[in-house]
Amino acid sequence: MNGYNFAYLDEQTKRMIRRGLLKAVAIPGYQVPFGGREMPMPYGWGTGGMQLTASILGQDDVLKVIDQGADDTTNAVSIRAFFERVAGVDTTTATTEADVIQTRHRIPETPLAAGQILVFQVPIPEPLRFIEPSEEETRVMHALEEYGVMHVKLYEDIARHGHIATTYAYPVKVDGRYVADPSPIPKFDNPKLHMSDALMLFGAGREKRLYAIPPHTRVESLDFEDHPFEVQEWGESCALCGARDSFLDEVITDDQGGRMFVCSDTDYCQRRQEEVA
Amino acid sequence: MKRPQLERPGLLEARDVTRLYGPGKGCEGIDFRLHEGEVLGIVGESGSGKSTLLRTLSGMETPDAGRVIYHSSVDRGHDGAAQDGELDLYAIGEARRRALLRMEWGLVHQNPRDGLRLGVSAGANIGERLMALGERHYGQLRAAGQDWMGRVELDPGRIDDAPQHFSGGMQQRLQIARTLVTRPRLVFMDEPTGGLDVSVQARLLDMLRTLVRELGLSVVLVTHDLAVARLLADRLMVMRRGRVVEAGLTDQILDDPQHAYTQLLVSSVLTP
Repeated sequence: MNGYNFAYLDEQTKRMIRRGLLKAVAIPGYQVPFGGREMPMPYGWGTGGMQLTASILGQDDVLKVIDQGADDTTNAVSIRAFFERVAGVDTTTATTEADVIQTRHRIPETPLAAGQILVFQVPIPEPLRFIEPSEEETRVMHALEEYGVMHVKLYEDIARHGHIATTYAYPVKVDGRYVADPSPIPKFDNPKLHMSDALMLFGAGREKRLYAIPPHTRVESLDFEDHPFEVQEWGESCALCGARDSFLDEVITDDQGGRMFVCSDTDYCQRRQEEVA
Repeated sequence: MKRPQLERPGLLEARDVTRLYGPGKGCEGIDFRLHEGEVLGIVGESGSGKSTLLRTLSGMETPDAGRVIYHSSVDRGHDGAAQDGELDLYAIGEARRRALLRMEWGLVHQNPRDGLRLGVSAGANIGERLMALGERHYGQLRAAGQDWMGRVELDPGRIDDAPQHFSGGMQQRLQIARTLVTRPRLVFMDEPTGGLDVSVQARLLDMLRTLVRELGLSVVLVTHDLAVARLLADRLMVMRRGRVVEAGLTDQILDDPQHAYTQLLVSSVLTP
């Protein structure tokens, strides 16, 4: 296999990460530190997600990689090619056929099934970081469930904008205990975390933390009684497949103000177009 | 037959509290009892151990020896039953100590920047303690914020302004509002009027005195300013080199100081 161990990382490292993952699954939402390794790409490109993927990938697994929902963007293409080369696993773009899906910034529109694993690339795993710079302090806050400050940010949003203006990395409470950052997915995807059939794993390479949301776990998005959690709406449908229920990207088409809305999930969009054709 | 207690237990008690950073640096062998609704002033020169004592009393610094006892109104024991409890501050564990600080106590720092979140609006600052206690209604948080801004004589119309655009005196008022919004039983104040000019000081003191009376607060007040102590405190402790040299009623101490150091302190006050 080109002189690399299966899936790039050595077995000892993979074992260490799997031990961390077991702990993360046992305590939903809790951030487990792990000895992150250097990967052959820069931090911020998904090194955390890749290490998790490498640790859980089996020889018969089928891998899908998405970046902002798309299978054909740089990050997705290069990570997919990486695992094709160092693990020799089959890859796919079809959500339903994948065993492991590594993702950046989206959860696929097609509902995930039991047995599938979604691996998130996380830049900043600590949801309290914006208000409390000290790691020591945030750990105590997690341990003692001191989560009042999370609402300070939401309060500030409403005071400034009249509504909760946080649209991505929207904080969630996992299983009624730990507040976690669901990585920069749009809040549109937050409801998909709740009681999911699939296992969700989160890996932060630079911060060397991993956490998990096991299947069938309660995940609540934080909100106020009189300003309940809401997801985005577009009032448009996808220009390619006509979907009204998916997350849409706005694409500028010319310099005359022309624009169109298309699904950010390319696989979902394509499948719908094929169905219509 | 159960007789009613003749003497109500104090709210906060220090029993032989010692915290020394070096010989003569810190506080040593402090004993006192603070009653409900009482304002206790701790005065002394810089380096006399006042602030160390305050930090030790308020759960921020573990004493080398001695105990700090707090009589909680409602103490939920392991069985969940409410009882009048005597809590040893440094034996109850960090979780309960922090919960106490959050729910029944308040802390006003000398520098409002230490007690405020400068990045978020005044309203969010006032609401933070309420949110920490589980308040999840934006409208009510905002109403509480406006109400308290009014009480500390700030313009409620500035509820969405960031505290860094407030003057020093206004920041101090905001810090007081933020602390008192949850109606704590016991408040620790470290030089609440330090760094303010005299006219602002006077108005702030007037407001503090009103709030303390209105809410029936118990206060431990650390100050080097005898005028502040005279206005606010019922009782005084004079500290020097880490020890209490004289204690008693405020007027008694300021009008008829017994200890040589207190006499010096009282005679050093400048009168314009």
